[in-house]
Amino acid sequence: MSLGGQQQPNITVSNTAELERVAKTRKNLDVAEEYKKLKTKENANFVVIGHVDAGKSTLMGRLLYDLGVVDERTLKKYKQEAEKIGKSSFAFAWVLDQTSEERSRGVTIDIASNKFETENCSYTILDAPGHKDFIPNMIAGASQADFAVLVIDSTTGEFETGFNFRGQTKEHTLLVRSMGVQRIIVAVNKLDNANWSSARFEEITAQIGQFLTTAGFNPKNVSFVPCSGLTGANVTKKPKEGLIPWYTGGTLVDELEKTKPSKRAIEKPFRLTVADVFRGGVMHPVSVAGRVDAGSVQVGDILVDMPTGERAAVKAIEVDDEQRDWAIAGHNAVLHLAGIEIDHIRQGDILCDPTHPIPAVSSFNMKILAFESITPMMVDIHRGRLNTAGRVAKMIAVYDKATGTVTKKKPRHILAGGLASITVQVDNGPGVIGGGTIPVEVGTRIVLRAFGQTVAAGLVEA
Amino acid sequence: MKVIKNLVDRDGNGSITLFPEEPEDMWHTYNLLTLGDHLTASAIRKVSTESSTGSTSTHRVHTTLTTTITSIDFDPPSSTLHINGRVITENKHVKLGSYHTLDLELNRNFTITKPNGGWDSVAMQVIRDACDPAEKAEIGAVVMQEGLANVCLVTEYMTVLRQRVDVSLPRKRRGVAMVSFDKGMERFYEQVYQAILKHLPIESLKVVLLASPGFLADGLMKYIFAKATTAGNIPLLRSRPKFITAHTSSGHIHSLSELLASQEIQARLTNTRFLKESRAIDEFYAMMTTDEDRAWYGISEVEKAVGKGAVQTLLISNSLMRSQTVVERRRYVRMVEEVKGNGGEALVLSSVHESGRRLDGLGGVAAILGFPLLGLDEDENEEEAEEEEEGQRLEKEANGEGAVNGVNGTEVVKVKV
Ligand SMILES: Nc1nc2c(ncn2[C@@H]2O[C@H](COP(=O)(O)OP(=O)(O)OP(=O)(O)O)[C@@H](O)[C@H]2O)c(=O)[nH]1
Ligand SMILES: [Mg+2]
Repeated sequence: MSLGGQQQPNITVSNTAELERVAKTRKNLDVAEEYKKLKTKENANFVVIGHVDAGKSTLMGRLLYDLGVVDERTLKKYKQEAEKIGKSSFAFAWVLDQTSEERSRGVTIDIASNKFETENCSYTILDAPGHKDFIPNMIAGASQADFAVLVIDSTTGEFETGFNFRGQTKEHTLLVRSMGVQRIIVAVNKLDNANWSSARFEEITAQIGQFLTTAGFNPKNVSFVPCSGLTGANVTKKPKEGLIPWYTGGTLVDELEKTKPSKRAIEKPFRLTVADVFRGGVMHPVSVAGRVDAGSVQVGDILVDMPTGERAAVKAIEVDDEQRDWAIAGHNAVLHLAGIEIDHIRQGDILCDPTHPIPAVSSFNMKILAFESITPMMVDIHRGRLNTAGRVAKMIAVYDKATGTVTKKKPRHILAGGLASITVQVDNGPGVIGGGTIPVEVGTRIVLRAFGQTVAAGLVEA
Repeated sequence: MKVIKNLVDRDGNGSITLFPEEPEDMWHTYNLLTLGDHLTASAIRKVSTESSTGSTSTHRVHTTLTTTITSIDFDPPSSTLHINGRVITENKHVKLGSYHTLDLELNRNFTITKPNGGWDSVAMQVIRDACDPAEKAEIGAVVMQEGLANVCLVTEYMTVLRQRVDVSLPRKRRGVAMVSFDKGMERFYEQVYQAILKHLPIESLKVVLLASPGFLADGLMKYIFAKATTAGNIPLLRSRPKFITAHTSSGHIHSLSELLASQEIQARLTNTRFLKESRAIDEFYAMMTTDEDRAWYGISEVEKAVGKGAVQTLLISNSLMRSQTVVERRRYVRMVEEVKGNGGEALVLSSVHESGRRLDGLGGVAAILGFPLLGLDEDENEEEAEEEEEGQRLEKEANGEGAVNGVNGTEVVKVKV
């Protein structure tokens, strides 16, 4: 067994009465059936990535404003307040940059999520921070995304900085790809700074296009959109006549709409990655927000939290701020819980079907793509929002990238760019919550980082 | 530590009487002891006496015992050392052959007697290091990321986690007011501040490093001194020049190695031993990426490189040196001596520093070579050779060569030889 040191859920009995009371309210719905019957819009999450200051937040703020999600009055307020602290160019970004730290520094620190709808689809934006220090938060966002919008600053010199060896354009792109994202829309942004030059657009398109192919994106899943978040040109509205006569494609929103929603793991056992835990109100002392990764949940269900093994009952469910009887894979849901203390459930935990809980393990094997050279070494293990300390404990094999056959067993060193299998060990230092275990199962996507760089990414294997 | 009496002969047999003065001396002692050594130290023993009327009473007596060591237990946070053994000298309170745990105490002599030439060059170096009167750098280090802080004390030979602060900060969600982020952050800073006050002896520290990705370290720095000002904490305010903020990419303890690699920190901590060790292991990893044929790790690989006189810098963890078989220890000591004899450098890293933990992850030994060597891991049938070696080791132990350890004895049963 490669998933070492599994922990059995230690089910406590003190809250049984409460769990049973809530379980009685269960309507025993066939959720998959309900979902088919219900003719709601499709829903999709996308993560907005790119080098720091590429204009990601501004672009999304603009999009939300032009679609009427953010009203005139709010934006006016942001403009005035931003001006007061000498950051007037950030007014649109403030729609997503919500904390005082982010606003005063003019930099996104944590993922912001926001919603908007088009005729056919309801979208959740996950606006990622570009600064390399906040990549753990970017990973948390990317782990919930169906597809990505890569924002490029086309200003002279800026594209080059972001695209070079240590810039985040490449690191972000490789990360989303290794986290399962296949569709990417490249917003060639700030073209107002480049006089809407077709030559500049072509230059960027060529370089990024080539890079995306080597990163493993199929060209038919890649599109390029020239735009400016600041002026709003070609974001939701067609640009003024004559601005980009050389461009025949659609606006950014048109491209979003062309994206086919990804398949949902509806039939798999229930999994929800906890993004946040909070008091949902007087009636709801313990609430969690997160995306349903797999399966479905309904009011009255008993769930188990991993790695703690504590049980909780679902009192109420909200999807898109509306009360619902159920939620299904792909939904961003709020679950109001009973029978569990607020301190016993943490960001990054996985709420599971108690008959098929995700194992909490102290070591696991994974198949990786090495971004940097790998030897047995200390790493930060990232699994969505969760990040914990660990080490590359064993190196199992290196594979030929083309054929997938083993080229060396027990390698002592994996070169950057190599494909390999390794064993990762979770640190179990004193005071580590979860006792040095992490909830993973075969197929879980993991990113390994060290010294501020992504060193490898891949999938947990048996 | 002071050497009170040295009765070691030329062959490395005999006894040394030591006087431990500071907590770190317990760590040195831990690295000196080997199973089977004789330890003489003062002990408290409960004694029951039966009076002529038949009633019994117990009381404690101070006595001196000599034991043959059967197991050793060291607890880094408290720097305490418990040594179990069998009593081997006649004593009026204790039966010969009975078990006793000796707890070594500061400012009380004890004597270690080693058979089989156990006072080898590495052991004698430990004694010299322990007795080095040079002023020792102690630093406080707080490494943080959002909601997580590790408050550590780093001494010449040990890194001790004093407290881990782990709180959930509110996340950005629609409808969350801006003040709740600020409040969450303030609560986090307050907990870290309290942990620093409680666990770091700031006045005796050389520096206090606050490190994090992003703006946390700066934020904490501001918080600490705003608090100290309102509270009128004069000693803390006076210590302000000791506080330095720095950058790390995460708040996990292992990011301490990243911290020590920064030039600014290196400038403040020149000539400290842990910095040298940290730099050496960084160099090893750097060599692995630039010229992998000059970077080797693992016992048999490095041993081959040593044999070829290729090793420029040998890194060996004292977790290997504490190896409980005499045969194995000799093997490592020989490597150290050979490298030094060839003009190379041999560093014995402390396994309770981050550098030592990294080295332990590489099997406890690594080497930077002066010239490239190929295929040190390849000759023979690798797997079989390894298994055979392991088998031989266990066989020897089973035959009572070297190991005097009951635990190893049980291991033998589990493994097919
Ligand atoms: N000229 C021009 N400036 C822009 C455009 N979009 C954004 N900016 C400016 O670029 C700066 C950074 O914008 P942000 O939206 O905060 O960039 P970001 O990519 O979200 O930055 P991080 O989240 O910190 O990585 C601000 O000063 C914006 O006004 C654009 O289309 N044209
Ligand atoms: Mg931003």
